[in-house]
Amino acid sequence: MARVVLDHVTKRFGDVTAVDDLCLEVEDREFLVLLGPSGCGKSTALRMIAGLESLTDGRIAIGDRVVNDVEPKDRDIAMVFQSYALYPHMSVARNIEFPLRSRKVPEDERTPLVQEAARALGLTDLLDRKPAQLSGGQRQRVALARAIVRRPAAFLMDEPLSNLDAKLRVQTRAELIELQRRLDATVIYVTHDQVEAMTMGHRIAIMNDGVLQQVGPPQDVYERPANLFVARFIGAPPMNTIQGSVVVEGGETLLATPGGRIAVPDAFGAAARRSSTGEIVVGVRPEHLEVDPSGPIEARVAVIESLGHERHVVCRIGDEPLVIVRQAADEPRPAEGSSVRLRAEVEGIHLFDAVTGVRLEAPA
Amino acid sequence: MTAVRFWNRRRREAGLGYLMLVPSLLVFSVFVFYPFLRNFYLGFFRTPPFPGLPQRYVGFDQYREILTSSAFSNSMRVTIVFALLTVPTGIILGLVLAMLANQQLRGIGWYRTIFSSTVATSVAVASVIFGTLLNPQVGLLPWLGISTTPSILENPKYALLAVAVTTIWQNLGLSFIVMSSGLQAIPDEIIEASEVDGAGPVPRFLRVTLPLLSPTVFFAVVVGSIVAFQSFGQIDLLTQGGPLQKTNVLTYAIYTALRGEQNEGKAAVLSVALFLVTLVLTIAQMRILERRVHYGD
Repeated sequence: MARVVLDHVTKRFGDVTAVDDLCLEVEDREFLVLLGPSGCGKSTALRMIAGLESLTDGRIAIGDRVVNDVEPKDRDIAMVFQSYALYPHMSVARNIEFPLRSRKVPEDERTPLVQEAARALGLTDLLDRKPAQLSGGQRQRVALARAIVRRPAAFLMDEPLSNLDAKLRVQTRAELIELQRRLDATVIYVTHDQVEAMTMGHRIAIMNDGVLQQVGPPQDVYERPANLFVARFIGAPPMNTIQGSVVVEGGETLLATPGGRIAVPDAFGAAARRSSTGEIVVGVRPEHLEVDPSGPIEARVAVIESLGHERHVVCRIGDEPLVIVRQAADEPRPAEGSSVRLRAEVEGIHLFDAVTGVRLEAPA
Repeated sequence: MTAVRFWNRRRREAGLGYLMLVPSLLVFSVFVFYPFLRNFYLGFFRTPPFPGLPQRYVGFDQYREILTSSAFSNSMRVTIVFALLTVPTGIILGLVLAMLANQQLRGIGWYRTIFSSTVATSVAVASVIFGTLLNPQVGLLPWLGISTTPSILENPKYALLAVAVTTIWQNLGLSFIVMSSGLQAIPDEIIEASEVDGAGPVPRFLRVTLPLLSPTVFFAVVVGSIVAFQSFGQIDLLTQGGPLQKTNVLTYAIYTALRGEQNEGKAAVLSVALFLVTLVLTIAQMRILERRVHYGD
């Protein structure tokens, strides 16, 4: 196992910059998730680590070795592809064995390794089958077995769960986490699914438009998003954001929103003053909002989505986009179309620069 | 009750199916089945030496006589050598060009166009080009200072090879296109997976690319062999079966029997022989080669 370091890595395709000056250090034995919407450059970054794309600029190191000019086969990595990329003409056993054969591991050493990898993934009974005779979940396991049969310096996974159905995805997610912990492996995992990112990674690296937005443990990223993009990308449903401003009246600091004013600590004033233009965006997660008749914010209920254990009260505040309030199922249910008042937990209020999107905080 | 209804419906559907087959059966009967049987029957009659005399029924005598003649075994040998010279080389060259052109490089479209351009030439054009190139007076060879006597197309040693080269050149465009489409059908991720899995270029080609290309190669072998066994134009235009029968392939022998010797019976027998040889060859290829073909999932 080894560290993987990306040092000012840039990739351009013609005029398009797919990855822009990416700096990232993946620790030994770390499970790092590269998260972002499609086209954000996360897969390109992974493919550069694998050696399937060349770098326009920068440096990539695996272990102690800079690998910019090293062929994929000599980088000591294993990769799991979204399509699994199994060799359709080979049996499951042959597929798992392929990385060993390619590296000229003697046959008597290969067989036990294949058996072990197959056992780890519950494929022992399927070794003679061809990939076409397997279900999606089984193929996915073969792809994983092919990756773990050798002990590479790092595992690269490109959306390995996205071709599975929802139920299988949840199950396989847990198994993958367990596998990573058991192998003590360095894993770089690409996904667009923020639930996968939150549940699987030791750390998440969020990318947008080729630019790294934030790196950190899932809870940190959730609680302190570095900018509006991260705030709106992480969380289901995502963070509510509305235009606002901070005003001081009679010695009291107030957060003015289209639905009303909220009394906030003085630190909010200091934070808001750091905004580049003075305009700010207020962010509140759905669970930090509640329906309260004495709340400071006026809203109108547009739709109520019931999920069984909880419900999402979708409200409109003035002309702003919709705001979602998360309610437990046993709370009183407001009527659709009715006017309600909302209260926000002060600890759950985030401020962002309306122009740059950067998180605003009072100087410590 | 339901079972009866089920079988009634099955029968009605089958009846409808056969009804729909009738038009194509009719067309095939008129243009393929009947002429074929008639041709086979024609082989039972000895064509008289002068036109106007009655044909004489000889049964299988004529078949036996022609198929055991040395002229026939020469034609068989020439045909097989011709196929062996053209088919594998054509496929390998097409594959090499397709591998070269199957890369993301600037201007690769021009190469693809050039490589596939011979598909737009006819056998006649190819024959004229090579006939001129190999011409001892005006061709490429005298220009290069090489004098050839007898000329290559009249040299029993090289004539068949020259015709084969012409054929390979003319078929190369098609072979390139077929191999290119086969290569493009292989998912990039599988090739990339084999790169990451540690396979170098040669093992990657042998263990991954080639097996996944096997349906295309198999198709090219079967169709290419059939085409090679039926080649006629280039022989007619370049060598007329000569020198010393060295390029007298079966199709050309059929042609001379019919047109030169006016011997319908002989031409019929040779045609049946060509059909049977092609049939046996194709079945054999299907039996032997297809076992090694992987058809994906």
